[in-house]
Amino acid sequence: MSLELVCPAGTPAALRAAVEAGAHSVYCGFRDETNARNFPGLNFSPDELVEGIRFAHAHGAKVLVAINTFAKAGAMDAWKAALANAEKAGADAVILADLAVLDHAATHHPDLRLHLSVQAAAATPEAIAFYADTFGVKRVVMPRVLSVEEIAKLNAAIDVETEAFVFGGLCPMTEGRCSLSSYATGKSPNLTGVCSPPEHVAYSEDRNGTATRLNGFTIDRFGAGEQAGYPTLCKGRFMAGGKTSYLFEDPVSLNAASLIAALAKAGITALKIEGRQRGKGYVTEVVRTFRAAVEAIDAGGTEVEVGRLLAGLVEGGRQTSGAYKKAWR
Amino acid sequence: MPGTEKSIEMTKTGLTLGPVLFNWSADRLRDFYARIADEAEVDRVHLGEVVCGKRQPFTDGLWPELIERLQAAGKQVVLSTLALPYNPRERKAVIDFCRAGELAEINDLTALPTVAGKPFVVGPFVNVYNEGAARFLAGRGATGICLPVELPIASVAIIAAALPEVEFELFAFGRLPLALSGRCYHARLHGLHKDGCQFVCDRDPDGLPVDTLDGQRFLAINGIQTLSNGVEAFCPTPDDLARLGVRRLRLSPHTTDMVAVSRLYRALLDGRADRAETLAALKALDLPGELVDGFTRGQPGSARVEMA
Repeated sequence: MSLELVCPAGTPAALRAAVEAGAHSVYCGFRDETNARNFPGLNFSPDELVEGIRFAHAHGAKVLVAINTFAKAGAMDAWKAALANAEKAGADAVILADLAVLDHAATHHPDLRLHLSVQAAAATPEAIAFYADTFGVKRVVMPRVLSVEEIAKLNAAIDVETEAFVFGGLCPMTEGRCSLSSYATGKSPNLTGVCSPPEHVAYSEDRNGTATRLNGFTIDRFGAGEQAGYPTLCKGRFMAGGKTSYLFEDPVSLNAASLIAALAKAGITALKIEGRQRGKGYVTEVVRTFRAAVEAIDAGGTEVEVGRLLAGLVEGGRQTSGAYKKAWR
Repeated sequence: MPGTEKSIEMTKTGLTLGPVLFNWSADRLRDFYARIADEAEVDRVHLGEVVCGKRQPFTDGLWPELIERLQAAGKQVVLSTLALPYNPRERKAVIDFCRAGELAEINDLTALPTVAGKPFVVGPFVNVYNEGAARFLAGRGATGICLPVELPIASVAIIAAALPEVEFELFAFGRLPLALSGRCYHARLHGLHKDGCQFVCDRDPDGLPVDTLDGQRFLAINGIQTLSNGVEAFCPTPDDLARLGVRRLRLSPHTTDMVAVSRLYRALLDGRADRAETLAALKALDLPGELVDGFTRGQPGSARVEMA
C-alpha cells in the first residue's frame, strides 16, 4: 500500500500550496493555544478551516486538525470548541495528546477519527494499546526517539496505523516531556504551545560578535559576519565538563528521506513533514519532492533514483536522520 | 481535646523522598537508604530507577532488601517505574515493578494497563495539566498524583479542588527534572554512543552542570535526562498548602544531607519553622545550585528564591 504524505499547513495559503503540490493529507491547527504551533500570524479560524477542508476535499486530500496541547486547568472550553469546530468543518481526523481532550473527544465526538500526537510520547505497545483500547485512537505519531528497527518491532506488536516525521524541525528531547522552555521563559509547548518564544529572544552585539539570548540566558554566540541563528534552547552551545559544544543537538534539521523505503518496510502508514511555520514556497518544493519520492518507491524505484529526487533538498542547512539511526543516541 | 489532636495528626502534610534520579552505585544507595530509614523525617520513600533502563541491572537486586529495611523503619515504600521505557527489557521491568505488591508510581502510560483497577500513584513525568486528566487517572485507581514541575500554581489549586479524594503532591526540593531524550548527553559529551556509554553518568552524582557561553549556571545533565541547575526550594506555609489543596511534598535525593533537608521540611510543614528560617537553613547546606522556585510563583522556573 502506498505511503500517505502528511504535510504542514500553517496558513490557508500553505494548505492550498501543499494540496496542489501533491499532499495526500495536510495538518493544521486553530489560531489559539489548542495547538502546539501557537505563533503569531499562523493557523486557522474556524471559517478558514471550513474553506480549507472544502478545498482539500475537492482535490482529493484529507485534513487533519492538530488540537495537541494540554488543556489548561479550569479552562477546557477552548479545547472543547476546537473539537466541535473540527468535526463541524468536516475534518478527516484530529491529532490529540491530552488525556482530558482524548476522553472528551471519545465521549462527545464518537465519529471523529482520533490520531495520537507525538506530544503524547507513546513509544511502547502497552501505551499505544492503551490509547487504542480506551479512546479508539486509529493512528499514532511516532515519538522521535525510536530507530527504524524499533519502529518495525513496534508495528508488529500493535494494530493501529503509525506516522513518522521525515523532514523539518527536530526536537532532540522527547516531545511532550520537555519543560526546558518554561524553565527559561515561563512558556513551553505543553503549557502554551510555544518553545523558545520570540518575545523572549534578544540578539545583542558586543565586540566579540553577536550573542543570542532567551530571557537573558545566552543560547549561542556568533562571530562578526556570521549569521546568528534563532536561539532554540536545545540547539544552543553550552559549556559542560570543561567542553564547549552543541551538547543537546547541533543546529540541524531532520531529513530521513533516505530512509523512506526502510520506514515503509517497517510498517509506517504515513510520512509527516514538519514545518507549519514555513511559507508556501517552501511547502510547495518539499511536498512536490517527497511526493515524487514516494511514487518512485511505489513504482519499485531504487534508492539511487529516490536519492536523486531528494538531492535538491539536502543542500543548504545541515541535516540529520535523527534517532532513526541508532548512532544518533 | 484528644479528638482535635488526632484530626490534626491525620491531616498532617505528607513528605515523600522521591526516587534517586542519578546513577549511584549499589553501595551508595544501600548506605543512603539505611540512613534515610533510621533518621529521615519522611513517611514515604520511592525506590527504583526512573531515568535510564541501562542502569537497572546494577540495582535490580538491591530493592528487596531496601524495601524491607525501610518498611521495618515505618516508611511506606513506593516503587517508581521508568519514565521512558521502550525496549522489551525495560517494558518488562515496568510491568514487574507494578506487580511487585508494593504501591507503584507510574511515570509513563506504559504502566497504566498493569496498574488499572488497583491503587497506584502518578509521578511528575506523566502529563497531568488539568482536572480532566487527573479525573481520568483517578477513575482508573490513582490515589495520589505528583503534578508536573512546570504546572502553574493556579492550575494546581483548580485540579486539587476538583478532586478532593486524590492526594496531590508537589515537587518541592531538588534539581527540577525538565526533559528526557532518546539520546544520552553524558555519552555524547564524552564522545560515546548510548549503546556503549560506559556508564559515565556515574561521575556526576548530582548531575553535570551545563553553563551558558557567558558562564551563567543554567542546566544539568544526567544521562538521557536534563535537569535545572538551580535547586528547587518550594517552602510553603501550612496555610499555603491548605489553600492549594496540596497534601504532600516531594524531596528529590541529592548528595547533600537529605536527612537534614527532611527535618527542615518537616519543621516547616508542622509550623515549627517559618519560610525564611527554612530557606536560610537550606541555603547553608552543600547544594549543587542556587535555590529557585519560579514555577511555584507563576514565573519562569529558573527564577531565584526571594529570601526576604
